[in-house]
Amino acid sequence: MSKIFQHLISTAVPVPIENIDTDQIIPARFLKATTRDGFGENLFRDWRFDANNQPKADFVLNNSMYSGKVLVAGKNFGCGSSREHAAWAIADYGFKVVVSSFFADIFKNNALNNFILPVQVSEDFLDSIFRAIEADPQTQIEVDLENQFISIKATGEKESFDINPYKKTCLLNGYDDIDYLLSLRQEIGQYETTREFNF
Amino acid sequence: MGKTLFDKIWDSHIVMSKAGYPDAVYINTHFIHEVTSPQAFDGLRKRGIPVFRPQKTRATADHNVPTMDQHLPIKEALSRHQVEMLTKNTAEFGVELYGLGHPYQGIVHVIGPELGITLPGMTIVCGDSHTSTHGAFGAVAFGIGTSEVEQVLATQCILQYKPKRMKIEVNGQLKNGVLSKDIILYIISKISASGATGYFVEYAGEAIRSLSMEARMTICNMSIEMGARGGLIAPDETTFNYIKGREFAPQGADWDKALAYWKTLYSDSDAQFDTILSFDAADIEPQITYGTNPGMGMGVTQHIPALGEVEEKERPSFKKSLEYMDLQPGSALLGKKIDYVFIGSCTNSRIEDLRLVADFVKGKQKAEDVVVWIVPGSKQVEAQAKQEGIDKIFADAGFQLREPGCSACLGMNEDKVPAGMYCISTSNRNFEGRQGPNARTFLASPLTAAAAALTGRVTDVRSL
Repeated sequence: MSKIFQHLISTAVPVPIENIDTDQIIPARFLKATTRDGFGENLFRDWRFDANNQPKADFVLNNSMYSGKVLVAGKNFGCGSSREHAAWAIADYGFKVVVSSFFADIFKNNALNNFILPVQVSEDFLDSIFRAIEADPQTQIEVDLENQFISIKATGEKESFDINPYKKTCLLNGYDDIDYLLSLRQEIGQYETTREFNF
Repeated sequence: MGKTLFDKIWDSHIVMSKAGYPDAVYINTHFIHEVTSPQAFDGLRKRGIPVFRPQKTRATADHNVPTMDQHLPIKEALSRHQVEMLTKNTAEFGVELYGLGHPYQGIVHVIGPELGITLPGMTIVCGDSHTSTHGAFGAVAFGIGTSEVEQVLATQCILQYKPKRMKIEVNGQLKNGVLSKDIILYIISKISASGATGYFVEYAGEAIRSLSMEARMTICNMSIEMGARGGLIAPDETTFNYIKGREFAPQGADWDKALAYWKTLYSDSDAQFDTILSFDAADIEPQITYGTNPGMGMGVTQHIPALGEVEEKERPSFKKSLEYMDLQPGSALLGKKIDYVFIGSCTNSRIEDLRLVADFVKGKQKAEDVVVWIVPGSKQVEAQAKQEGIDKIFADAGFQLREPGCSACLGMNEDKVPAGMYCISTSNRNFEGRQGPNARTFLASPLTAAAAALTGRVTDVRSL
């Protein structure tokens, strides 16, 4: 896992389905590993493979026309379980960016903690991306974190996106939350002694 | 200006609030289980640091344990390894473990409350989205990912942005046959599976106030199913009576001090919420879901929306969902044949749920071709059920009473619903494949599930 994200230009993989929950991203029966590695092979397992472990031809990850480091999905992506395995599977498969018009809260945190950038765009812009990829699977998507914009190279359509300044700094420089929290250990100890009602 | 209950708790737990940074929030209680903790312990090892406050973390094995023959070694190698890793990690880092065979073992969101670990005014996290359950006690409780589990193990704090505040009032009185599960399924069906994303929800109103602690936990448990970060209910006499005398609850002078604090935990009358929603309890009938997210629910006597009633943009996802369920738009579910009944999960596996079901089915038999699994939430629930003779009522009815764990709620162990079969389930998620590859789930209350167990069909419990 690269601990840094700055800028990319890539083709994208469209999954125009709403409410994709983390059980679809990585089903529970694949959560038995005790390391963070190897979850990519079971990404979208039950949409990707049939009961005999044969690839389902109609699923986009099995269509050689589509590839890239950007996953584009319908609204409310990553709802359901808090399993970080969903973010690990997406990263392990090779995605660096997930674009949707709406993200579930826990998934968004998990993605950022794994240096995957969740880019929230308007419904209209999401539709534009889906249409552009449908017209040409080789459509290039540019994501610029420093300047906080996403664009469709072929049409020039562009939209800015929000990201918290702290998380932006973490992604650009490869910092993680624990580094910051560990630097606060003195304050944490202080808090414990001053709190009136400590459980 | 007054403060909401959520703000009172959150603000009093801030260790550091710096412009441009998320709040560093102190965590009073951290629960861990076998599935989302091993990588966090590995992270500590890599950094060469200990668990900062080991006595504030409690562990149990629940997600990936068998619900039969728990006294024997776990048969499946990967599951056995994962549970063994929890034992090894907790021993190495000095964390208390209620593992298999321990009298306190059970589903993490069942044992915290029943042991008196979960208390009003606390901040509580766990690497599990249903941590919102503990909000029923007036705690700020929410699910986190494994990187965040590592943060809490390393520093007893978590970095979080403060969510917005939503109040959901349920006014008036519930009708017969309607349980708290029906309240929350109803709310989610009205506001959708993403209707509360970005919010922390406080539940209020007469219908909520009248509920037992078990019933309140069911409501808070499913807050995440509408996207909320968490849900909570202001503590009251019902809460205090539930906690008093439990294993780890404060006692003597500590109890008095705690109680005085807990009585300050309510939203001030002039507190501001970002959103307020109101529902009338009298409008709620027993609920059932028909689709593949918890927002796709309806009254048990109603019809699935016809295609024309669904917004055009949402039709592809709606159709995909009904194809998975093999159901027709516009059709009714009442009378639909079912194959499995699952009564369990952190939503509905407490002693009150089992009592309710036992009272309802006493002296009756399950329908012939239905498999009924009852999975108690904890060893203590299981023992209590046996003490009250509930196990015999279930045995006479042809129900299987199993051993505690998450079981068929997520089908991580061998308790899976076979492909294509319909299961009426008291759990919290009806996602595709949730209860097993290609299994089809109808979410409902324990009473609606019990009624279906007797008739073998989706049934309006009020008709029996």
